[in-house]
Amino acid sequence: MASMLLNSMRTCPVSPARAVQYAARSLSTTTQLQAQVQTKSKKTLARPSVKNIVLVEGVRTPFLMSGTTYVSSFHWGLLHKTGIPKDAVDYIIYGTVIQEVKTSNVAREAALGAGFSDKIPAHTVTMACISSNQAMTSAVGMIAAGQCDAVVAGGVEFMSDVPIRHSRKMRKTMLSLNKAKTLGQRLGLIGSIRLAHLAPELPAVAEFSTAETMGHSADRLAAAFGVSRVEQDEFALRSHTLAKKAQDAGLLKDVISFKVPGRDIVSKDNGIRPSSMEQMAKLKPAFIKPHGTVTAANSSFLTDGASAVLIMSEEKALAMGYKPKAYLRDFVYVSQDPKDQLLLGPTYSTPKVLERAGLTMDDIDVFEFHEAFAGQIMANLKAMDSDWFAQTYMGRKSKVGTPPTEKFNLWGGSLSLGHPFGATGCRLVTTVAHRLQKEGGQYGLVAACAAGGQGHAMVIEAYPQ
Amino acid sequence: MAFARAAGVLSKFAVSKYPLLSGHASRSLSVSSSLAARTHVSYELKDDVAVIRLNDPTSKVNTLSVQMQSELSEVMGEIWSNGAVKSAVLISSKPGCFIAGADINMIQACKTSEEVTHLSQEGQKMFEKIEKSPIPVVAAINGSCLGGGLEFAIACQYRVATKSKKTILGTPEVMLGLLPGAGGTQRLPKMVGLPGAFDMMLTGRNIRADKAKKMGLVHQLVDPLGPGLKPAEERTIEYLEEVAVGLAKGIANKKVALTKEKGLMQKLQDTVMGLGPVKQKIYKTVSEKVQKQTKGLYPAPVKIIECIKTGVEQGREAGYLAEAENFGKLAVTPESKALIGLYQGQVICKKNRFGTPEKEVKKLAILGAGLMGAGIAQVSIDKGLNTILKDTAVEGISRGEDQVYKGLNTKVKKKALTSFERDAILSNLSAQIDYTGFDSADMVIEAVFEDINIKHKVLKEIEAIIPPHCIFASNTSALPIKDIAAASKRPEKVIGMHYFSPVDKMQLLEIITTDKTSKDTLASAVSVGLKQGKIIIVVGDGPGFYTTRCLAPMLAEAVRVLQEGTGPKKLDTLTTSFGFPVGAATLADEVGIDVAAHVAEDLGKAFGSRFGGGNVEVLKTMVENGFKGRKSGKGCFIYGKGKKEKSVNSDAEEILQKYKLSAPPSVSSDSDIQHRLVSRFVNEAVLCLQEGILTNPVEGDIGAVFGLGFPPCLGGPFRFVDSFGAEKLVSMMRRFEDVYGNQFTPCQLLLDHAKDPSKKFHK
Repeated sequence: MASMLLNSMRTCPVSPARAVQYAARSLSTTTQLQAQVQTKSKKTLARPSVKNIVLVEGVRTPFLMSGTTYVSSFHWGLLHKTGIPKDAVDYIIYGTVIQEVKTSNVAREAALGAGFSDKIPAHTVTMACISSNQAMTSAVGMIAAGQCDAVVAGGVEFMSDVPIRHSRKMRKTMLSLNKAKTLGQRLGLIGSIRLAHLAPELPAVAEFSTAETMGHSADRLAAAFGVSRVEQDEFALRSHTLAKKAQDAGLLKDVISFKVPGRDIVSKDNGIRPSSMEQMAKLKPAFIKPHGTVTAANSSFLTDGASAVLIMSEEKALAMGYKPKAYLRDFVYVSQDPKDQLLLGPTYSTPKVLERAGLTMDDIDVFEFHEAFAGQIMANLKAMDSDWFAQTYMGRKSKVGTPPTEKFNLWGGSLSLGHPFGATGCRLVTTVAHRLQKEGGQYGLVAACAAGGQGHAMVIEAYPQ
Repeated sequence: MAFARAAGVLSKFAVSKYPLLSGHASRSLSVSSSLAARTHVSYELKDDVAVIRLNDPTSKVNTLSVQMQSELSEVMGEIWSNGAVKSAVLISSKPGCFIAGADINMIQACKTSEEVTHLSQEGQKMFEKIEKSPIPVVAAINGSCLGGGLEFAIACQYRVATKSKKTILGTPEVMLGLLPGAGGTQRLPKMVGLPGAFDMMLTGRNIRADKAKKMGLVHQLVDPLGPGLKPAEERTIEYLEEVAVGLAKGIANKKVALTKEKGLMQKLQDTVMGLGPVKQKIYKTVSEKVQKQTKGLYPAPVKIIECIKTGVEQGREAGYLAEAENFGKLAVTPESKALIGLYQGQVICKKNRFGTPEKEVKKLAILGAGLMGAGIAQVSIDKGLNTILKDTAVEGISRGEDQVYKGLNTKVKKKALTSFERDAILSNLSAQIDYTGFDSADMVIEAVFEDINIKHKVLKEIEAIIPPHCIFASNTSALPIKDIAAASKRPEKVIGMHYFSPVDKMQLLEIITTDKTSKDTLASAVSVGLKQGKIIIVVGDGPGFYTTRCLAPMLAEAVRVLQEGTGPKKLDTLTTSFGFPVGAATLADEVGIDVAAHVAEDLGKAFGSRFGGGNVEVLKTMVENGFKGRKSGKGCFIYGKGKKEKSVNSDAEEILQKYKLSAPPSVSSDSDIQHRLVSRFVNEAVLCLQEGILTNPVEGDIGAVFGLGFPPCLGGPFRFVDSFGAEKLVSMMRRFEDVYGNQFTPCQLLLDHAKDPSKKFHK
């Protein structure tokens, strides 16, 4: 995200809708990760009155640093590779943050373009960085309510091509021009256009309520919790190192190859770049100068990407002969002060979701937190470890505790893999499912923060092997 | 409480649980041995940086008191003699305050101007030492950095400030009739240029941190932090200290530059400003402006210009000498004493001495969306009070809501608010034409038409709906509260809250209690008023209470003066040159001729011939002709949009002509007219104290100055009697009495003071 302000944005004629089509259609139910470890036996979170809802499959495009790959058109040939029968899906929900005016309901356009039946309705949701989480939980809600049995949920973000608006003055002139009746009026309006009218309005990653950019807020948050520059750089380095390891070991199986017409096939995330502490220390702070601690290297970067998951009721999945990956259990949304606690979503959501599920931190085997900034993660960990904070700001008796490092974001995170705002949620959930299978855990926890001072957490339970 | 905690934590910093924050904490040396003897200033070493912390344990704010200064000199001495110290950071441990200024008591304790001059010279010397410090000193500023505090900060080599809303820098000495007497008049022009320095010192205005950075007053800004593992402000002060320590090390290692490379424009500007004729022109313009605005009634601005000029033209030595001498001279002027008295009185009137109310008012309902009602709504919603604004017609609430919106939007334009904050504030307002929600209101303030029957009607309507604990406050300017309360089922919950128009600008709130008003009702009303940012005086019940009662005789006299042939313009000049910020004729227009007529008639009935003077018919005829003052576009003057110079309303002059009186030559000199107006005001004020409407002269002075615009340089009617001399005033009034009768009969209390010159209202 930091790099959003650092990189000059290059326009790129990609249609987000098409990328979604791509990710959605690639949902395959055939690949299975092998369970090598025996699952620990714990009680299940199934409740008699609540429908079991399962994650059948999760995929994503490689996450690409914005402006690095010139994607110009969609490759239709991949249509046949997908294993999903097009009519098995009842509904499609997509999350996105920065919307293209032409495809304001990007989910519908994507579904049509991907060859899904035009009888399947689709809608788009937005909730900043947890947009695809919202897409997934909306799907869970619809299935739980008995409205649907199979829903494709996903998210997409193409920061290489964001809509840039004309200035307010220019928009006003252009709209009046539409209404002008005589040539004289039109000429008058055209004549009123000044150089200042032509300056475009770039979308800002700033809070509407406070006008503060997210990086600035993250820097203040890190300072408020006394997170040092070194701590942040170390965490960022850890993220990149772990991501590289996971990539090399072929663990990132949710990534599907993507053919860029006229170019090579893209099959890997291209933002993973383990560096050294010395190199990282050289960077200057990106937001608060000169004494800030958040730099381009310890922030997530502007990313293009799309992700999708297939969510079903357990009965339907089994009836259709699918082997589910995981149960999607309890989830919560939280919100707090958008100024001083903008990025503390995980701190607020984690204890709440654990309480709902009747679990403790010790029960969780796999943690996947969204890494917006290294400083944000460290601040959250410190907040979660503070009784004072829990009592003073969350109205809780005591702290929830911090996730153990050996269970936390082991395959990299948003800092290294990238963070296409609308698509990160599905990546987190799919990664938890895959890690539970791989590591043999029973429960996983996803937590994320989002602009507007909101947050989300979800408990995921491994599907019995 | 908050800062007691902050101080505790900061002093424990050496054993911080926070190894992350301060890798050097473990290495820091404790200087607890010397700490024991000192109470205001402490310091510790962080590596080679001495962190000096200011904290006056006896007060909410730090001031440069004798104790503070002597401890500081001691600490600086130790630091300078310690070869291991390479730089220093000066910081306050108090939340929201760096140094609020010099200790006023210290100046007041001086008997002669020489003593004050000596004080000034001591201050100059101390700061000169800081300026010439062999090691760099970084001032880390969070909260108010005013007066002597700012002079201290600008003597340091480097300044870093938090962007907190509480961080304000400024030289408010001029508002106390003084000048920055510890090198401020000499250092500021070099730092921010001549125009900037004049602006700061002559207006005394507060400068926010970001502006201070632009002006070159501070080098670096630090963002305030939210809560982390500690409360927000505590952590912000720590963070400021960490940043300042880093900067101090950087300066000592020459990695941080003390001066910024000046741009071409800046260089050019400096060159132009440095030219002799340009400087002369600046002095001249500034002097003329000061003369025009102060009418020669305030000596401080003139002296400030003199000091700056001396320093710039004749050099350092002469500048410092002029500063110290003029500071001494100003400190003993009656103007300074008056202004300091007002300042201290205002501090008293911003406290709730009636205790905490049993139930905090969270939901306020206002009846009447007129100028007053909407104004009260505006100052309530922006403090987070849920407010209902009720009127009888949709047009009424629409106009009222517009007024509130415009008031807030002006702040947005001035960047004091963001448009988002404005919208969030407006969400606290509910404008409506019915009584929905009144059943959960904690307080109702009525601002309906000034007619006892209407007031009784709404009081009865309201009492049928509001919950039992709800307070009924009347914003009347003259009707006795006990008359209004006569219709109430629960008179203990009825109180008067007299706001002044325009409510968002006028700081005063006059609270009126009857003998039935309960203590808790009073405590609640005061607490709401303070929340609205008001300066509060609490007075007894009676026609016109205190403020209106003082104003009425003066306006009656003004009408007589007009009838005697003095034109409105001349009347305005006479009153403004006496020190009133608004001329008497303009004031009548502002108040509203109809209101003035109404009040004159009501109070005339209540007090008899003493409130006579001008003929009430003059006002009534004006109202009949539609000349209701500014609100109707015409009064004594004609008002129009965009017109700067207002012209006299010739139709009004014709009316005056009709009621013309001959001016008795023995009491019609300019000075006599001024004193006729003022003496009636003052006499009525003293009578209010005598009758127990006022509990003390301080509130009397505050009410007159902040509510009615009594000349601030005179400090209020009571201080005026003290400085002018009661005897002199009485003999003057006797002379007027001979001509006009009992309107000028001095009251008993005034006579007592005249008889015994040792009697003073202010000690």
